[in-house]
Amino acid sequence: MAEPLSPPRLLPSGDSAITVEFSRTIDDAANRRVLALDRVIAAEPIAGITETVPTYRSLLVHYDPVQITFDALGEQLLARAAKAPPTESGTRRWRIPITYGGEHGIDLEDVAKALQTTPDDIVARHAAGDYRVAMIGFTPGWSYLSGLDTFLHIPRRKEPRLVTPAGTISIGGIQTGVQCLAGPSGWHLLGRTPVRTYQLHRDPTFLLEPGDAVSFTAVDAKTFAEQDRAAEAGAFVAELVTP
Amino acid sequence: MSKLVVISIGPASSVQDGGRPGSQRYGLTPSGAMDRLSLAAANTLVGNEPFAAAVEIGPFGATFTARGGAVRIGLAGASRNAEIGGRPVAFDSSATLADGETLTLGFARGGSFSYLAIEHGIEGEPMFGSLAVNARAGLGSPYPRPLQSGDELKTKAASGAAERRIELPAATDAPIRIVFGPQDDEFTEENKQLFLDSEWKISATSDRMGYRLEGAVIKHRDGHNIVSDGTVNGSIQVPGNGQPIVLMPDRGTSGGYPKIATVITADLGRFAQTSAGRPFRFKSVTMAEAQAEAIKFHALLHSLSDRLRAIDDFGLNIEALRDANVAGQAVSAVDVSTWQVALP
Repeated sequence: MAEPLSPPRLLPSGDSAITVEFSRTIDDAANRRVLALDRVIAAEPIAGITETVPTYRSLLVHYDPVQITFDALGEQLLARAAKAPPTESGTRRWRIPITYGGEHGIDLEDVAKALQTTPDDIVARHAAGDYRVAMIGFTPGWSYLSGLDTFLHIPRRKEPRLVTPAGTISIGGIQTGVQCLAGPSGWHLLGRTPVRTYQLHRDPTFLLEPGDAVSFTAVDAKTFAEQDRAAEAGAFVAELVTP
Repeated sequence: MSKLVVISIGPASSVQDGGRPGSQRYGLTPSGAMDRLSLAAANTLVGNEPFAAAVEIGPFGATFTARGGAVRIGLAGASRNAEIGGRPVAFDSSATLADGETLTLGFARGGSFSYLAIEHGIEGEPMFGSLAVNARAGLGSPYPRPLQSGDELKTKAASGAAERRIELPAATDAPIRIVFGPQDDEFTEENKQLFLDSEWKISATSDRMGYRLEGAVIKHRDGHNIVSDGTVNGSIQVPGNGQPIVLMPDRGTSGGYPKIATVITADLGRFAQTSAGRPFRFKSVTMAEAQAEAIKFHALLHSLSDRLRAIDDFGLNIEALRDANVAGQAVSAVDVSTWQVALP
């Protein structure tokens, strides 16, 4: 029989939110438990919860203290966490096009040098990855993926860039990610995707969900330009492999 | 159709409302007013819902002109010199601009943000149920960016209702209350005490994303990198240099620095109004105290209409009201039914 899962820690995030922490490190097993608790709360709502935010290792639960206290909500969250099955069924799998290197991935050569290999090897390893959306955060649609080849683990840049382009796919630490909007980043830029993980007036506005599976397909710059125009007009461009 | 045209406005001024919670799981920050009590007070003055969209005006001055008809406004938050067509207007009160009149607002005094609510609200296309500006995400209406001169805020013509003032709880200089967590165990007891004992100032580089604090250096127990987790309004994160940053409504929805404490809901607006360079302290309270204060604050927000009073000097706006009436849009300035609602 499997060991019973250890209960998560309840951490106060002010008077209107609780952080339900399953792990202090990046850990797919903990992330599955986070998403499982999130699903159970969605299926069996608790009065007073206003919003939940899954992250790598914890579930942030926003609530209205007029409706429920920290203690009462904490008890109910622990009860739901104890019975939430950490399995994922009906996982969606997305195939996302990426143009590696050149102007689309200005750090590819430097990453290859730092890891003492060729740019082609970096691309092959990154494109072969089988990834999971562990969390979405920081800015709209910024999707943090787990499952990066350990060979590609690399410290973040010493000097973060203040602006990196929309659609950047980059690596930093033990993670890779898809960034939707232009913005600051300390990660290494390997390429760009035409896919908009966030696009206003498109249904759905947000393409990826935590728990989705993701793989990458390398495309040339000409294809990128064509797909970028299609994406601008509202096409997903990303291919849904398993509904 | 009446409108308020922006003639001049400083930076850090934008349309804000109660914000757009519900999509933080996709990285979309809620935005919304920095000081919710002042937003609600400004709206209540002109009969709007407490969290309707209004203009959040940063520390610098601003001028607006009414066009196409009279525009009735409510002013609350950081007080300023204010006049309409040369007539002085008090803060925490409503006033009406006749067609063509100009509202002139000076620099903020004793705070950072003032709220200018417009009777009948601001016309715009809600995105995720909100007009709040979040420039980074391209959200906000009628403009998805801070306001600039030439912008137009469209609304319905002023009703001509009696002008009001609102009596708000007295301002206080009490310490900003916090509850420790979620990562206070990343700091020694000594450093937690240092956080409480220190006098802090808000850096001039602060913005709607976060307020940088200047004061003591708070040291981490084992380094400053944690795995990113979720943030809330008022999260106090401590980056590598030990200088805390309090996250505000345009914050990132997740962050990778330990969060020593969180400002309580009831004190968030008062904290947001703290001017750059003005010293203040934090005080730790228990969760039970913080929640009791949150409940009281919620009750205050929803009972603001009980605090409306008739304005002392109706003479100020007779001309504006007469003009509004000429436009055929308004009721009498001495509408008794309005008075009865307004009086205690």
